[in-house]
Amino acid sequence: MTVVEPSTGVRTPAESDRPGTIGDSPTRPDGIEKVQGSFEFSSDLSAEGCRFGATLRSPHPFARIVSIDLGPAWRIPGVEAIITADDVPGQLTYGLIDHDQPVFASDVVRYVGEPIAAVAATEPETARRALDAIVVEYEVLDPLLDPEAAIDGGHPPIHPNGNVIRHQRIVHGDLSVEGDVVVENTYEIGMQDQAFLGLEAAIAFPDEGATIGNGGGVELHVATQWLHEDQKQMAACLALPEDQVRLVLGGVGGAFGAREDISLQVHTCMLALRLGRPVRMAYDRAESFLGHVHRHPASIWMRHHATSDGEIVKVEARFVLDGGAYASTSSAVLVNAITMTQGPYRCPNGEVDGYAVRTNHLPCGAMRGFGAVQACFAYESQMDALASACGIDPMEIRLRNAMATGDTLLTGQPILNVAPVAECITETAAIPLPDTPIGVGPDTVAADDDGTDVMRLPGGAGRTCDAPDVYRGVGWGVSIKNLMYSEKFDDFSTARCRLADGVATLKFATAEVGQGFVTIAQQIARSLLGVDEVVLDTIDTQIGSAGSTSASRQTWMSGGAVDAACRAVRERFFEAVGEAHGVDPIRLAIDGTEVVDTAGELRLSVAEASAGLELDETVEYHHPETEELDENGQGDCHTAFAFVAHRAVVDVDPELGLVKVVQIATAQDVGRALNPLSVIGQIEGGISQGVGLAVMEEIIQIDGVIRNGNFTDYLLPTFLDMPVVEATLIEQPDPRAPLGAKGVGEPPCISSTPAVVAAIRDALAQAGAPKPLARVPVRPSDICL
Amino acid sequence: MESEFFTLRINGSDHEVADSWLGESLLDVMRDRLGLVGSKGACTQGECGSCSVMVDDRLVCSCLVMAASAVDRSIVTIEGVSPDGTPTDVQQAFVDAGAVQCGFCTPGLIMAVHDLLDRSSAPGETEVREALAGNVCRCTGYGRILEAVERVSVGRRTVDAGAETTGGVS
Repeated sequence: MTVVEPSTGVRTPAESDRPGTIGDSPTRPDGIEKVQGSFEFSSDLSAEGCRFGATLRSPHPFARIVSIDLGPAWRIPGVEAIITADDVPGQLTYGLIDHDQPVFASDVVRYVGEPIAAVAATEPETARRALDAIVVEYEVLDPLLDPEAAIDGGHPPIHPNGNVIRHQRIVHGDLSVEGDVVVENTYEIGMQDQAFLGLEAAIAFPDEGATIGNGGGVELHVATQWLHEDQKQMAACLALPEDQVRLVLGGVGGAFGAREDISLQVHTCMLALRLGRPVRMAYDRAESFLGHVHRHPASIWMRHHATSDGEIVKVEARFVLDGGAYASTSSAVLVNAITMTQGPYRCPNGEVDGYAVRTNHLPCGAMRGFGAVQACFAYESQMDALASACGIDPMEIRLRNAMATGDTLLTGQPILNVAPVAECITETAAIPLPDTPIGVGPDTVAADDDGTDVMRLPGGAGRTCDAPDVYRGVGWGVSIKNLMYSEKFDDFSTARCRLADGVATLKFATAEVGQGFVTIAQQIARSLLGVDEVVLDTIDTQIGSAGSTSASRQTWMSGGAVDAACRAVRERFFEAVGEAHGVDPIRLAIDGTEVVDTAGELRLSVAEASAGLELDETVEYHHPETEELDENGQGDCHTAFAFVAHRAVVDVDPELGLVKVVQIATAQDVGRALNPLSVIGQIEGGISQGVGLAVMEEIIQIDGVIRNGNFTDYLLPTFLDMPVVEATLIEQPDPRAPLGAKGVGEPPCISSTPAVVAAIRDALAQAGAPKPLARVPVRPSDICL
Repeated sequence: MESEFFTLRINGSDHEVADSWLGESLLDVMRDRLGLVGSKGACTQGECGSCSVMVDDRLVCSCLVMAASAVDRSIVTIEGVSPDGTPTDVQQAFVDAGAVQCGFCTPGLIMAVHDLLDRSSAPGETEVREALAGNVCRCTGYGRILEAVERVSVGRRTVDAGAETTGGVS
């Protein structure tokens, strides 16, 4: 195996206009299957004779388990297995960073929805009835629901690891500096759900003769973001060597962070090993809300100091992230959040205090944007407050402070990537504002008396608004996002490339969750090897890890691995062709679908030249090593950065508190668009999640109990809620990226949220009813009361 | 458990349903008992549209239809949209326009878009958004789906116009 060091210059793959190569937008290899309904999602998987699993969950946010009586459940015909903590053969807990989450609760439950037991039965309905029959006696305890009480010691520890998951400070520069202008506020971010449509589902196949705790492996087909991390955690809990826990990626119906943690993986395998037959588990929507981690709710205080002409001189901040009952990735989310405190702006001095704490709320972890979302709502709201205090235009103050390559973060880390922050802002500003008046669209025909279409007014089909009562506002949001993993973590990716008879075959464990890595992997191979046909092998654990499909990292990391594997194969291909034709391999190049001698006459089709050859290379791609933060939060902890600007236009009825988002304009730093259509898809999809957080999406918990764990009450943006998105791609290939391409998945959902809220504030100011709107999602009552 | 035995006519073929419990949804019967897993379940409350099918030419959420109530009705699912494997214009446009990411909402949307364009040949943007508002997509932000609908709408009108100038085809 070859290990590739980070590249040091833009390595431009052989450019061509050939369809399906880099820079083109070929269609997805799984597209036709998906539109015909024949693509197999993990929830579509079944097997002859398989049994159906179901999970018993805690109804209490915090309680001691006094007793569990399985007897009544065992007496139901069709119940074949019931497992609890007593049956876990290996490590009793799991977790992405800390192993602090029980496979099944045994002594205490720490959140509503915590698993206590699992049942397998002949029918799904039988399994559910068995859950109802299990009798658990609880001693209800006083839950920890106030994050501040986790910090100040006001509540006894709810977990042996304590109530503070991580405390991290950042201290940088001269803290005695004071600004001419000082603005401060406290911002709140609600708990958002990833709400992927394809619910958690898996099917486990035990090896012949395998039994739980007594040897023998298991194969799990599951929708996940990171096969190898699942494998590692599962193997520990199942007391099996990792190679006896084989994972295959089941079709993934979206992820957005919610599939980075273990959910039903261990339970399904335990049931299958217990029964010696396949077992299938599938959550419904209500269980899904309990079964995966969410975006951290946060309370963020910020104080910005600036000169009278708006130059930031210092920022002070305090972050409190509610991690819920178990750690998951809270410590990494916290570091992302606090290291983004200054946003994409120069700031020489700062002091930040950050806490990620444990409470008896639902566990929180990864969601698209991963800490940067929370920070951005606070710092962008502050930028508007600063603009207002200095009497400067919101766009102008952002341009005045925009960071560039070479500027440093408050961690002392220099930004070494391409950093076209100013270009993102000016290119966004160059996008025309909507040219239709309030309540009028390009296709408005069935107009009311006043010439408007009520469907285009806030409230839409509710027909509640009158156009004269509606105000249009404009707001800005600009953001920075770190790409890949941070703090010394080596999140490498592995890819294998085979070339034979003009056909390339790629293998990797990169989770395709909808983002389209499968498409660009083929594009990379076509560009580098001059082949048209690129076969994708099964995505499973029969190759090294690809790391997680998260942190906007797969185009860079797995793209880098595929690129490197193809290059390794190409080198051997040139050697073989050179030897066969008496040409120095260094003179050979790929031109379209041909291999050519750049200093001679030789010109052969790749298909012809590779006939009879079997070239096979596996490569790991690693990014440069990063550092941990010291006690003052200093250190080059991040791998790379990307930037984006958003400008939102909204129509608001101040009296009814209704909002219609009309347009989002954006210019995004993408490095290089390997597949422009996919990039646009990521931008529009990310913005819809940002709009959702701005005006509708929030998991409501009262006394630790989720109150809206369904799609009737947890609102998602629909076709009628999503505005038109006008996007400009800022293409400045990043010399530090293997293909010049930055990850594009997260930035769209980061600053779109504060842009929408700023636009609402602007509309309300015009209406003479200004509101601070320091909390997202903005509710109608926040506007009109 | 109450057992029911009945026959459903799906995509032109009769499917016998045995052992269904009374009140079981059409979606669950199709997916769990008949092996027709093209229709997806994501909310089981009629909110997301992933399970959209046609019942007697009406677009419905199959999670909200009792299977036993669909006896003697004509049911068309995603499996019946392009039975010979050749994608329809709507299906091809979804692929070409980038309207598919994870694809979980896609079968339901294909049903809904076919229904819309069968009823309205040149819908305006607001009409399209209204007609499809019962189908949630979490990946795309809807932009490329709107583009796909527009392409089909324009494409069909072009074909119609061409047919008229050449005397039409029957």
